Amino acid sequence: MRKCALSVMPDLLRAVAEATPLYLPVDTDKGDALFTRWFEGADWSGACNTARGPKDLFFPQTEDLVAFKTAGKTVEVLDIRREQEDFVVFGVRPCDVKAIEVLDRVFLSEPVDSFYAARRNHALIVTAACSRPTETCFCGTFGIDPTALCGDVTVWKTEDHVYWQAATEQGERFLAALDGFLEDADDTAVTAQRAQTAALLSRLPLHSLRADAFGGGKTEAFFDHPAWDTLSQSCLGCGTCTFVCPTCQCYDIKDFDTGHGVVRYRCWDSCMYSDFTKMAHGNPRLTQKERFRQRFMHKLVYYPENNDGLFSCVGCGRCLAKCPISMNIATVMNTLGGDAR
Amino acid sequence: MQVKEFKPLIVAFCCNWCSYAGADLAGNNRLNYPAEVKIIRVPCSCRVNPTFILRAFQRGADGVILCGCHPGDCHYTSGNYYTRRRMAMLFSMLDYLGIERERTRVEWVSAAEGAKFAATMNDFVQTVTALGENKRLEDLRCKA
Amino acid sequence: MQSVTRQDLLDTALEKLADGTVSHVLGWSRGTFDYEATPTLFSDPDTLRTAFVWNDFCGANLSKYLIKHTRRLEGRLLVFLKPCDTYSFNQLLTEHRFERERVFVVGVPCNGMADPRKLKAQADGILSVTAEGDTLSVETLYDGTRTLAVADLLEERCLTCKSRRHAAYDLLLGEEGEVQDSARFDEVAAIEAMSPDERFAFWQKELSRCIRCNACRDVCPACTCEQCVFGNPSSGVENKAASNEFEEKLFHIIRALHVAGRCTDCGECSRVCPQGIPLHLLNRKFIKEINENYGVYQAGAEVGTRAPLVDFTLDDPEAETVVRRGDDA
Repeated sequence: MRKCALSVMPDLLRAVAEATPLYLPVDTDKGDALFTRWFEGADWSGACNTARGPKDLFFPQTEDLVAFKTAGKTVEVLDIRREQEDFVVFGVRPCDVKAIEVLDRVFLSEPVDSFYAARRNHALIVTAACSRPTETCFCGTFGIDPTALCGDVTVWKTEDHVYWQAATEQGERFLAALDGFLEDADDTAVTAQRAQTAALLSRLPLHSLRADAFGGGKTEAFFDHPAWDTLSQSCLGCGTCTFVCPTCQCYDIKDFDTGHGVVRYRCWDSCMYSDFTKMAHGNPRLTQKERFRQRFMHKLVYYPENNDGLFSCVGCGRCLAKCPISMNIATVMNTLGGDAR
Repeated sequence: MQVKEFKPLIVAFCCNWCSYAGADLAGNNRLNYPAEVKIIRVPCSCRVNPTFILRAFQRGADGVILCGCHPGDCHYTSGNYYTRRRMAMLFSMLDYLGIERERTRVEWVSAAEGAKFAATMNDFVQTVTALGENKRLEDLRCKA
Repeated sequence: MQSVTRQDLLDTALEKLADGTVSHVLGWSRGTFDYEATPTLFSDPDTLRTAFVWNDFCGANLSKYLIKHTRRLEGRLLVFLKPCDTYSFNQLLTEHRFERERVFVVGVPCNGMADPRKLKAQADGILSVTAEGDTLSVETLYDGTRTLAVADLLEERCLTCKSRRHAAYDLLLGEEGEVQDSARFDEVAAIEAMSPDERFAFWQKELSRCIRCNACRDVCPACTCEQCVFGNPSSGVENKAASNEFEEKLFHIIRALHVAGRCTDCGECSRVCPQGIPLHLLNRKFIKEINENYGVYQAGAEVGTRAPLVDFTLDDPEAETVVRRGDDA
C-alpha cells in the first residue's frame, strides 16, 4: 500500500490530468457533485456520491453513431466515429464500479457494442472507498463492500492522508507513474477506517434490506403479485429513476433529419415512458403498472437470470433520493420480498 | 484569404390572404427585396405554431419574420389577434433566455402593401446581417 | 408546523368513508424516509389509520391524480388539497379533465412545506425526523440529534406563497387564510434586469443540466395531454433525450408556452426536478408578462375563465412593444 498527504492531492491530480484526460467528482453550485473534466482549481468533492454515476462517460445520454449524406439518388454513408483516447475516472464509488460491471455484461457480450467498448478499453478507474455512507445507501443488500479494493486502483481518504492500492496491472502502472508523490505505507489506518465504516453501515436505515427473495427464475413468483397495483399507483411515469440509475442501459436509436442528410444517433430511453419499445401497435406495456413492473423485474429477476445471479441494482440510492413521489426499489423489495416463495 | 460575406437566411411566414399577396405585389411592381428571404405560405398567421419558429432557427435560419393581415382584417376574423398575443409571449421568452430579440419580428402587411413588404424585408435583412450568424439558437447537426 | 393535525384529517376521511360520502381517499403516506411523502389512494379505513400522513413534507400536489383515479374508479373521491393545490384543481375543472361531482375536496390550511433538499444540505445521514412544534428534531448518523427550524427549510415556492386562501373546497379544516402579497416575481425581474449575455449564460448553465427525465412535464397539473408532442414519433419534434443545447431549449420553451396562461404557479416542476433547475422561473415569466400586458390573471382562481392565450382584445400591444417594454427604465 502507498500513501500521500491529502494536501498534495491538487498537485497529484494536476499531474494526472496533464498526462491523460481526467474526470473526477466536483461540487456544483447546486449543492451536488458531478463527474467533471479536471480544470485548474477543481477540488475532489467530498460528497457521499455524485448526482449521476460515471455511466455518462462510457454510455453518454446521446451519441451520434453514423451519418448519411444524400445527393440526388445516391446515399453516402459517413463514418463519424472518432479515435478514443485514454482517460482516467477518479473517485468512483464502489457501487458505481459494480454498476460498470453490470453495463459490461450487456455491452461487451456478443455482439459487442463497439462504441462502449472503445471507451471501456481506454479507461482507468480509480475507486474511492466510502467512509461516510448516507441514509439512501444500501449497497450491502447486493453484497458490495464499499470499503474494499476494486476498480483498477482504490484510494482510501482519511483525515490527512490518501492511501492507494492497485487492483490490476494497469493500476500498478498508473501508481508507478505517480511514484514521485507516493510513499510506502502500512494498512493500519485503512483497516481502522474500514472497521469504522462497517459500523456506520450497520446503522443505516436500509441495512436489513435483503435481496435473497429475488433472482433468476422468480418471474412467476412476482409477475402477478397483487402489490404492483398499489406500488405503481402514484408513479408519474417520468424517467428520473432510470436516468439517474448507474446501471440502466436501455436506449433508442433514431434518425435526425438535418435538412441535407441524416444523423443516426442513440439516446437513453426509459421503460417508464409510454413510447418505450414502441411497435406498430404501440407500446406493448399498456399501463404504468406494467411499465413500473418491468423496471423492477428487470433489475431483480430478468437480469440476474441471464447474468449468473448478478442483480442490476447496486444500491447507490440515487433513485431513492430523486424520485418525485418517493417510490423506489427499496420499497418494492420490502413489499414483495416479505412473502416471496 | 478572402472573407466570405455573411448572408443571413431569413424565413418569412406569410399569411395567404394578405402578406403573401403583398409579396406578390412587390414582385409585380419590380420592388427589390433580398433573395435571402425564404417565404413560407401559411393559411393564416395564426397557423404558425411557436414550434415552427424554433424549428426554423434549428434548421439554420438567422432571423424569422411572421407577416399577417392587419388587426381587424383577418380573413378568419380573429386569427391574427391570437397570433399577436402568442408571438408577444414567445418573443419575450426568447429575450428572457438571452436570445437576440432582433432576430424575430411580427409585421402586419396587407395585400395592397407591396412597398411595405419590400421595405420590411430590406430592413429586417439589414438588421439580421448586422447581428451576424445565429449562434444562440442553433443546432450544430444542421450546420455540418 | 401545520395548523391542523394529522388526526383532524384522518377523522374527516374516516367519517366520510364510513357515512358513504366517498369510496376512496387521496392523501399521502410516508415515503421511504421521514422527510418524504408518497401520494396514496386509500379505500380501507385500517390502512388509512396506519399509513396516512400529514406533516411538513406533504408538498406533492394531488390534484392531477384525480384525472386518472376518477376514470378508473367508481364512486366519489375525497382529496386533501392545500391552498395552492386548489388552483390546479380549478384549472383542471376549467379544462374539463374530470367531473366536479366525482370529487369531495377537503381544504387543508398550509403553513408552507419543508424542502427535503434543504434538510439534507443541513444534516448528513438522516435516520429519523420528528416534528416538535415549529422545529424538526433530526436524528443523524454523524452529528447526533439536531434541531432545525421548519422556517429555515421552507421550499422556495412557499417562501413566495401566492395564496393561503383555498380557491375551492367542499369542507374546510381549520381557518381560511388570505391571498398573499408575495414577491414571487422578484426573481424574474432580477433576470430581466441582466444583460442579454448574462441571461443567456444563466439559462445556458441551468438548462444544460437537464437530463430530459420529463418529471416536470409528468408532474405538471397543466400538462394533461393524452400524448405529448415530445413523446410522439409522428409529431416531427419528438425528442427523447436532450440531444444538444438546441433541444434542451426547444423543450423548455415549448413546454412553458403550452402551459402559459394555464399554469397556476404551483411550483411542482421545480420541486421534482432532479437536477435542481428553477423551472418555475420560466412559467412565472409568462405569468408576469400576461399580468402586465393583458391584465392580472390568476389561472385557477375561478372555474370557467378563459385563459389569456386563447383570448384577445382589439387593442392588445404589439409583440414588438411587449418585448421592448422596460427598455427605457
